Amino acid sequence: MILVVMGWLNIYAAVYNEDHQSILDMTQRYGKQLLWILMAAFIAITVLIIDSKFYVAFAYVFYGVVILLLIAVLFFGKEVNGARAWFEIGGFALQPAELGKFATNLAVAKYISQYNFKMHRFKSLAVLGMLIGVPALLIIAQNDTGSALVYAVFILVFYREGLSGMFLFWGFAASVLFILTLIWPEVRLVGFLIFASILAYGIVRQRMKEVAKMIGIFAAILGVVYLMNYTVRLSLSTAMILYIATGISILIFIIYGIRKRIQPVFWVVLFFVSSLALSRSVSFAYEDVLVAHQRDRIDEVLGIRSDPLGVGYNVNQSKIAIGSGGVTGKGFLKGTQTKFNFVPEQSTDFIFCTVGEEWGFLGTSTVIILFMILLIRLLILAERQRSRFSRVYGYGVAGILFFHFAINVGMTIGLVPVIGIPLPFFSYGGSSLWSFTFLLFIFLRLDASRMEILR
Amino acid sequence: MDSNAKRTYLIAAIFLVVAVTYIIRLFALQVIDTSYKLSATNNVVRRIVNYPARGLIYDRKGTLMVYNQAAYDVLVTPRELQPFDTLNFCNITGISKEELNEQLQKAKEYSYFKPSVIIKQLSAQRYAILQEQMYKFSGFFVQTRTLREYPQKIASHVLGYVGEVNQQMMKKDSYYETGDYAGITGIEKSYEKELRGEKGVNYLMVDVHNRIKGSFQNGRYDTTAVIGENVVTSLDAELQRYGEELMQGKAGSIVAIEPSTGEVLTLVSSPTYDPNLLVGRDRGEHYLALARDTLNPLFNRALMAQYPPGSTFKMVNALIGLQEGVLTPHMRYWCHYGYTVGNYHMNCHHDSAFALSGSIAESCNAYYAQEFRSIMENPKYRDVRQAYDTWRKYVMSFGFGRTLGTDFPNELKGFVPSSNFYEKYVFKGSRWRALPIISLAIGQGELGITPLQLANYAAILANRGYYYIPHIVKKIQNENIPTRFTERHYTDIDTTQFPKIIEGMEEVLKPGGTAAMSRIPGITMCGKTGTAQNPHGADHSVFMAFAPADHPKIAISVYVENGVWGARYAAPIASLMIEKYLTDSISSGRKWLEKRMMEANLLEPKKPKKEVPAKTETAVRSKANKPAKRDTTAPKEIAIKRDSLILQDTIH
Repeated sequence: MILVVMGWLNIYAAVYNEDHQSILDMTQRYGKQLLWILMAAFIAITVLIIDSKFYVAFAYVFYGVVILLLIAVLFFGKEVNGARAWFEIGGFALQPAELGKFATNLAVAKYISQYNFKMHRFKSLAVLGMLIGVPALLIIAQNDTGSALVYAVFILVFYREGLSGMFLFWGFAASVLFILTLIWPEVRLVGFLIFASILAYGIVRQRMKEVAKMIGIFAAILGVVYLMNYTVRLSLSTAMILYIATGISILIFIIYGIRKRIQPVFWVVLFFVSSLALSRSVSFAYEDVLVAHQRDRIDEVLGIRSDPLGVGYNVNQSKIAIGSGGVTGKGFLKGTQTKFNFVPEQSTDFIFCTVGEEWGFLGTSTVIILFMILLIRLLILAERQRSRFSRVYGYGVAGILFFHFAINVGMTIGLVPVIGIPLPFFSYGGSSLWSFTFLLFIFLRLDASRMEILR
Repeated sequence: MDSNAKRTYLIAAIFLVVAVTYIIRLFALQVIDTSYKLSATNNVVRRIVNYPARGLIYDRKGTLMVYNQAAYDVLVTPRELQPFDTLNFCNITGISKEELNEQLQKAKEYSYFKPSVIIKQLSAQRYAILQEQMYKFSGFFVQTRTLREYPQKIASHVLGYVGEVNQQMMKKDSYYETGDYAGITGIEKSYEKELRGEKGVNYLMVDVHNRIKGSFQNGRYDTTAVIGENVVTSLDAELQRYGEELMQGKAGSIVAIEPSTGEVLTLVSSPTYDPNLLVGRDRGEHYLALARDTLNPLFNRALMAQYPPGSTFKMVNALIGLQEGVLTPHMRYWCHYGYTVGNYHMNCHHDSAFALSGSIAESCNAYYAQEFRSIMENPKYRDVRQAYDTWRKYVMSFGFGRTLGTDFPNELKGFVPSSNFYEKYVFKGSRWRALPIISLAIGQGELGITPLQLANYAAILANRGYYYIPHIVKKIQNENIPTRFTERHYTDIDTTQFPKIIEGMEEVLKPGGTAAMSRIPGITMCGKTGTAQNPHGADHSVFMAFAPADHPKIAISVYVENGVWGARYAAPIASLMIEKYLTDSISSGRKWLEKRMMEANLLEPKKPKKEVPAKTETAVRSKANKPAKRDTTAPKEIAIKRDSLILQDTIH
């Protein structure tokens, strides 16, 4: 099993290296990367040699050290591209945020694997929230929001360990609402929510007559408000008319609900009002909390604004590179987009373009399928662990890899806003390679010794 | 294991959904949508265009009229700049240090990687010195361009000029791109396709900073430039120069045609300008000055001015009369100091009867008034209107009132009113009569013809009944001239009728004729004087002629604006042109005439030609004597004026 995983790794590494040689005239970077890989191999072996108990025992210690490093980097770090996230030690740059991933993962695994752990307890949730929140906030403080977002993936791990599915559902619903708020005009959004509420009510109650009555009342009120606006010349906006009509209807429905003692009415009204409030606060948060360039990137992906020479340049060139690859690609070393530096950051965040341009659709789909095999394989491995620690850790590894993969590939093909995080095992950079090596091989080590202990 | 174990499937499902979404997206991006491939090509491939040298232009005797002169633009690529001796550089190129710094700054603002021009059109001498020391100035390089040069400094209206293409031209012909040059007027325009050659294109690969990385697909799509073809014009440079000298100080035109081929020997539009003014760095400035000049030197009078033909038109009426059978050469009409019907009177100054040749020689108005009436009142036709339509058809067969199809751009039609025009503005529903349009008998009224048409008419008479479409091209390097220039075009008059009027035209130049003074000893010349009425000032002097009478080698038309009457300026100028062309010199007995013609100044006294006159002066003159080109362009205006005009026809 280990051998198989290492085989994949080698394929990745090989593809990666050769690409690099082709992209960069500087053998320097290529050479460095080879060095990183050799060191990564060394780390891997070391990790495999060390007894698995060591990781379990020292989980919190690792975590503590990394947190300290994260704090230290804020003061002593070197600033690169606006993010104060790097230590420079004798020519090699080290990014503590990368190490944070496996350290946090270890700590989370350790905490969950405690004997008396119960997921639904408030205290447990609070501690877990702290465990992932502290490094995430520290990384945000370094001005590297992208890396901090990775910690959100632990939700999946918690879910596996008993977190209510409602969290996932509401998280998903909230993000859909978030996107709809941004791309839809107000009237359409409110209309959609009204429709969704009535639909939800209909599904819960299963009584068509009631639903029809509700629609009738709402339509009548809407008509009256609309006519009043027209005759009295209140000059209300369409959205305002809709709000007024909805407000009156809601009042009527609540009174109706109280009198008939129909509970779902309240739930649906609550759903509607909270959605509306959330959507309003989204526009506020979007305009005021996010930094301009983050907003721009989201706008670009959602198609609200298009600026292929400015904000959208990276993504546009990246899409051109990938799109021009065709089915079989231009052939190894033949990529014009990447060879002539049209895609920025192509050796790190936009490495996927090189694959797309030179190896075409076959190359890209192969990479995606390989990643999927790896991820599913990890899930299967995690599931067969006897110790809870190992299982949680395994899910953490899979989740983190998945998040990187999804965001990185997604942004190169313009499906996800540009977030500067690397593609595991592909992108240039020592810290990330080491970090993934640690992450993966600690798990493999745990897996190798799964029979030894029962925790 | 525990109750949550099944949740792993949901997580796996999320992974798979994302992966499948990505694969579908990639499939759409890479396999279905092809537009990205194009974008990628556009990104890396640069077209480098090689401009071929434009074809040369010669006159009929092989004199070089237009050639290309190399001009050197100095360009700089800021990224490659290294510290250099600015003083030395400025000395060599002849620009000031401030200018250099300013230009360098501009270049940097434009791009560090793309070259920009910092000095335009460096002289060859400076270029030679700069080239020697180029190694000292890293980042600079020189690009050679060609500019048109006109060594003869004549025939600007014929040759035309070259300028940058505009949006319209690019839309019409996809060959052109922004920054290309193309002929704007004259031969440069009409033979643009031959002269320009074919641009060559090299496709090169560049990186994001526009640095060249090699040729695209080993030059599979590259094309080589093809040099433009040379064009030999039918122009006689010597005669052209002589014509321009004769027309100094006068507004008007000379058009000379070789009747046996239709080749245009000379085409002078005066005032003219040095064609070299519209070349190179100061072109815009010069153009503006020329365009502002109230004498309108940019206006090609020979092709675009429309004057009444005046008495030169009488032969047309004579020929129509002969053809229609209402006139015989021996038929006589009386002249009693004019022609009077009721209270209409057309002036003349004879008191005798004329037959055909005499009527031409002495240009009798009364004769033609009566003759024209007999055409119009020909019982063969239902009414005057029908007769007029027939008449008009004859007139148009002489090339009047329509474009001839020459190879000059901007050729105008002139104006021969249709019967609808007269119906609308003159008869207005009443019965058609000959009298209200009788000034057509003597080439006045609403008629408008261009000097080129008049020259073509002279060629028709010279050929006794046919013409070749006038053209300026004699030979194109690798092609034949268009066949339409080698076909005879006959008028609707039988060729047998023509000899009958030739005698009269000969007599014009004999003692007693209207242009006796312009006789050339030893050469039989046929001609006809004319006066084109000008409602804005003094009448225009008109003359048309061909010579020698028997085997004509040259047919010519001359207009001198405000020259009062035909014999005064136009006839002597035409005769001098003919003599020059046929004998290569002016006989000693006529030197005085040549001198008088050259020195005559009908424009503002002593006003330098190419200066913009003061505003008040402009206003006064534009009222007083604008060139007659306006006369026929606004028919409505004319219709109103015509009554007063008819009453004072006192023309030769």
